[in-house]
Amino acid sequence: MSRRPTIAEHLARQGISRRAFLKFCAATASLMALPPGMAPAIAEALGKIRRPSVIWLSFQECTGCTESLTRSHSPTVESLIFDMISLDYHHTLMAASGEAAERAREEAMQEPGYLVLVDGSIPVKDGGIYSAIAGISNLQMLKDTVENAAAVVSIGTCAAYGGIPMANPNPTGAMGVQALMDQGLIARKPVINVPGCPPIPVVITGVLAHYLTFSEIPALDALGRPLNFYGDSIHDRCYRRPFYDQGKFAKTFDDEGARKGWCLFELGCKGPTTHNACATTKWNDGTSFPIESGHGCLGCSEPNFWDAGSFYKALSAPADPLTFAAGAVVAGAAVGVGMSFINRAKKSSAKSAHETATLKDLEK
Amino acid sequence: MNEIELLNWVRGPGLNIAVAVFLLGTIWRLFEIYSLGRKKDLSAPRHAAGASGLHTVVRRSLPPPGMLKRSPVSYIGGYTFHIGLAIVVFFFAPHIVLIENLIGLSWPALPSQLIDLAAVVTMAAMVLMLVDRINKPVKRYLSTFEDYFTWAVTFLPVLTGYLAVKHLLLPYTAMLALHILSVEILLIVLPFTKLFHVFTLFASRWYNGNANAHKGVPV
Repeated sequence: MSRRPTIAEHLARQGISRRAFLKFCAATASLMALPPGMAPAIAEALGKIRRPSVIWLSFQECTGCTESLTRSHSPTVESLIFDMISLDYHHTLMAASGEAAERAREEAMQEPGYLVLVDGSIPVKDGGIYSAIAGISNLQMLKDTVENAAAVVSIGTCAAYGGIPMANPNPTGAMGVQALMDQGLIARKPVINVPGCPPIPVVITGVLAHYLTFSEIPALDALGRPLNFYGDSIHDRCYRRPFYDQGKFAKTFDDEGARKGWCLFELGCKGPTTHNACATTKWNDGTSFPIESGHGCLGCSEPNFWDAGSFYKALSAPADPLTFAAGAVVAGAAVGVGMSFINRAKKSSAKSAHETATLKDLEK
Repeated sequence: MNEIELLNWVRGPGLNIAVAVFLLGTIWRLFEIYSLGRKKDLSAPRHAAGASGLHTVVRRSLPPPGMLKRSPVSYIGGYTFHIGLAIVVFFFAPHIVLIENLIGLSWPALPSQLIDLAAVVTMAAMVLMLVDRINKPVKRYLSTFEDYFTWAVTFLPVLTGYLAVKHLLLPYTAMLALHILSVEILLIVLPFTKLFHVFTLFASRWYNGNANAHKGVPV
């Protein structure tokens, strides 16, 4: 196999100027919350490394994650990132099809140390028959591909935590990548979770840039998410937060409060429990994010967000109807009446057992 | 179980169970207490100024002469924490949303900075009262496990709620789940401990006042 070109060589071949490259590195530095002085260091690091081979596996998914990535305006950070990695296998984006496509994956797997990007959950019920590509079950394909990978990046909530395919009643036995590793169904490798439905494009590319620049996994939270993008909750970074603190809430989607841009907490916004960068990086080239468009946060970058009760129910409201309440009232009344009969019986038996004390008794 | 799963559980099945136990226990005890009855007092009623059920309800809400000086922590601390607790429980926006979802009633919320203040004052008063209870030999002698237990189950929801809002100690999601869980524990133990005074306070005062008024004694 021929020597892989370094990123600098590759970009030069593509006709991308050094200036454009440095601009990209500065943007990357700010994205990763690094000081601007780090840009040359990033440029140096990215310039030297060989373009790593990346295998993108799509399983039980909707292609929304890929759509998110490709919706990024061009030519920008995102497209440059694509120049920095050698995306050797990706259903949606690759030109090859059929056996040629699978051969590309097998060839890329010849050289260990590649990066595996996964979007979609993996069904494991009934031997994983619910989703297969080229006659290979998703579970088998992931198992083979992960074996010699340097690391796995789970793109989207489905790959990270199971997402919508795993939602109750989870007919296919869908699981996320980390859960498969925890159960020993695939080899254990470092995992970076980039959840979201879909994840923000610059978060996907930012995480990859971090990995390429520092050749290490970024600092992660307890759910395996990079802290630089998922460290804060939407609520804490939300521009509507002052209204929450003032107790000003929209009660419906078209009342005065909604028109004035008040807090959407009462309309079911899950911002307080959701960690993502939507409120800071925003979407569509920094245009806006869901809350800015007048809809509460769904909590899509959190595990089990689909089963967390209605999207339109406030976080402090009961997630499910209180089905036991009526029964409990009846049972409580029944026990109370029962107890009152027992108490009355005790009283009357005490009364009938009562003996009048005489002077003699007291002198005993 | 991760923190989101715990939160989903306490918001769903956990709340369902806690509210059910609370309703069952409350209705059971109300039925049982009010069906106990007392023997009719056959003596001729006496009359004295200021002796009636209503008088006692009002009088017991105020410190008897001299007591405020002798036991300031009990009276000032007691009032402070009860009022603070009421402000936090009934005027924090998310709590009002919960109440509206449960019984359909709602009212305007207070700004969260005021709620923060009320929560801190409530916790300070409660801690002060606990210290006083342990420090004063008579109070300590009169205290049982139940007194400390009910203090803890009342204090924990305020503490976890405050920590959750302020993002202290644990991530918000985990602390919020613990906060709701602590409230569910409070709901479950409320009907079966002295916390049941929530429902019996005024009735028992009235009962005592009325029984003594019959004997011509203002209490």
